[in-house]
Amino acid sequence: MSSSGAAHEMIIKNGRKRNYLTRYNNLWGWLFITPVVLGLSLWVAFPLGLSLVASFTKWDLITRPVFVGFKNYIDMLAFDPLFWQAVVVTVYYTLVGVSLQIVLAFGAAMLLNTKVRGMNFFRTIFYLPSLVPVIVSSTLWMWLYNPQFGLLNLLLIHLGLEPQKWVYGTATVIPSLILMSIWGVGNIIVIFLAGLQDIPKQLLEAVEIDGGNAFHSFRHVIVPLMTPTILYNVVIGVINGFQTFTQPYIMTNGGPANASLFYVLHLYRQAFMFSKMGYANAMAWFVFIATGAISIIIFKTSKLWVFYQGEDKK
Amino acid sequence: MSKVRTRIRLPRPTIYVLLALFSLFCLFPFLWLLRSSFMTSREIFTLPPHLLPAIPQWHNYIDIFKVLPFARYFLNTLEIVALNVVGALISNTFIAFAFARIKFRGRSVMYALCIATLMLPQTVTMIPLFVEWKMFHGINTYAPLTVPAFFGNAFYIFLLNQFFKTIPTEYDEAAFVDGANFFQIVTRIVVPLSQPALAVVALFTALASWNDFMGPFLYLNDQNKYTLSLGLKYLISGYSVIGQWQVLMAASVLIVLPVALLFFSMQRYFIEGLTMSGLKG
Repeated sequence: MSSSGAAHEMIIKNGRKRNYLTRYNNLWGWLFITPVVLGLSLWVAFPLGLSLVASFTKWDLITRPVFVGFKNYIDMLAFDPLFWQAVVVTVYYTLVGVSLQIVLAFGAAMLLNTKVRGMNFFRTIFYLPSLVPVIVSSTLWMWLYNPQFGLLNLLLIHLGLEPQKWVYGTATVIPSLILMSIWGVGNIIVIFLAGLQDIPKQLLEAVEIDGGNAFHSFRHVIVPLMTPTILYNVVIGVINGFQTFTQPYIMTNGGPANASLFYVLHLYRQAFMFSKMGYANAMAWFVFIATGAISIIIFKTSKLWVFYQGEDKK
Repeated sequence: MSKVRTRIRLPRPTIYVLLALFSLFCLFPFLWLLRSSFMTSREIFTLPPHLLPAIPQWHNYIDIFKVLPFARYFLNTLEIVALNVVGALISNTFIAFAFARIKFRGRSVMYALCIATLMLPQTVTMIPLFVEWKMFHGINTYAPLTVPAFFGNAFYIFLLNQFFKTIPTEYDEAAFVDGANFFQIVTRIVVPLSQPALAVVALFTALASWNDFMGPFLYLNDQNKYTLSLGLKYLISGYSVIGQWQVLMAASVLIVLPVALLFFSMQRYFIEGLTMSGLKG
């Protein structure tokens, strides 16, 4: 921070000049960020406002909206069992999925960080699936999960295990989608690995000198130093979980028996199949408030477990 | 060099077995994809399933172009990708430069506001944005899929901001003394010095818009304007029912192939970009 604008301080000799430079900086600064000011207004603030207003109306996008007060919110929270089904499905998928992704990715990154030969090679392989477009991975996994001809049941039968219904069974559909999400965990592995490689050697040596074992260095050095990276991946994972649409839309269409009716799928149907724009906007605002609350909780509690190194880097 | 092995005390062979198993898990779906894309429709439904096609059916890849205007979808997608890359490079460079290097009033508030949008799920703005684009008569055009790229993206602003801070300020100072303005500092000094970071932005943008499904799905309804992902979706709704999985698989291979090529040719930047994004998050 201190570095920016140093150019100007250098030439500053008197107050008049300073005044001029402040104005000069303000002018250029705001000029350069004009696009993002417009962007925030056009793609964030305006839609949020529009959504809030629309959420108090009955609106089909064709006829004029009619003000209905809190009706949409009441309907949503009290009279739409599918709304709560969608909340449960999404939260279940996100909580279990993100936890597993973080743990497995961390484990894989730890393994890669043991100075194994071919580290780059493994890293490339692990990363590849996360590049696949979601439409393709949905198609591919639908085929892998095919109960009769899919690869996974074929493997299970070969191993002498019971074939599964995968995305076609009410109990197995969400675990199957989670398994699929774990396939794409490679980018988190790469991020974790970079973090692990950044841990100062001296700290690990210090643990050894003090007579600590591998567990100690894991518990007292590696994990604390990695907490900011873990936090980052948890936040991104939760947001992605909340946005899940394509996989259930393509693979199950919310089925069987609404067992994979994700929140966005329900929202999409309200808006575009039933033209209930008011209701859909109420659902959008519910997510907005929920995300806000969750972010506050995550960041408040993060003070308890996230460890930030001072200014000792760079 | 002292020998510090305070990571995990697993025997080497165990580590390799675990890594190999996870590699198999990562790779096998790709192999299954390739294998299925070369089979006949009869072969694909043989029980017990064959591991490999008897004769590779290259014509599956030609058939796609017969059932769908795949070449057109390819060009459509490229057009959207190109516009997004250009937009992202221009807008984010200047925005991030201002946040990293210019001391202006309201900088920290605007930066915080900008970064906060990273935490906003698209779920929230999906419907109102659609309504907004309808008001702008943007439905069934590429505008909703390309125009926003020109208005900055919080993630890339963050990424470039981190990078710009590492460029020594002496360069700006020298240019400043020579009478250069901020625009010239950006175009003549910062941009040439930031090739790696800008490459990351270009790559990630290209990947995101190539892979995007939700955007085209919501906004495009004229089949001639479809992108590749939308074309594949269109195929799925017809073909998985009839059981022409080999066509779906071949189409999937064609969509993934450019991404894979891009990745292998620019792997360094992908890894660097992810590293930059994760650290100091």
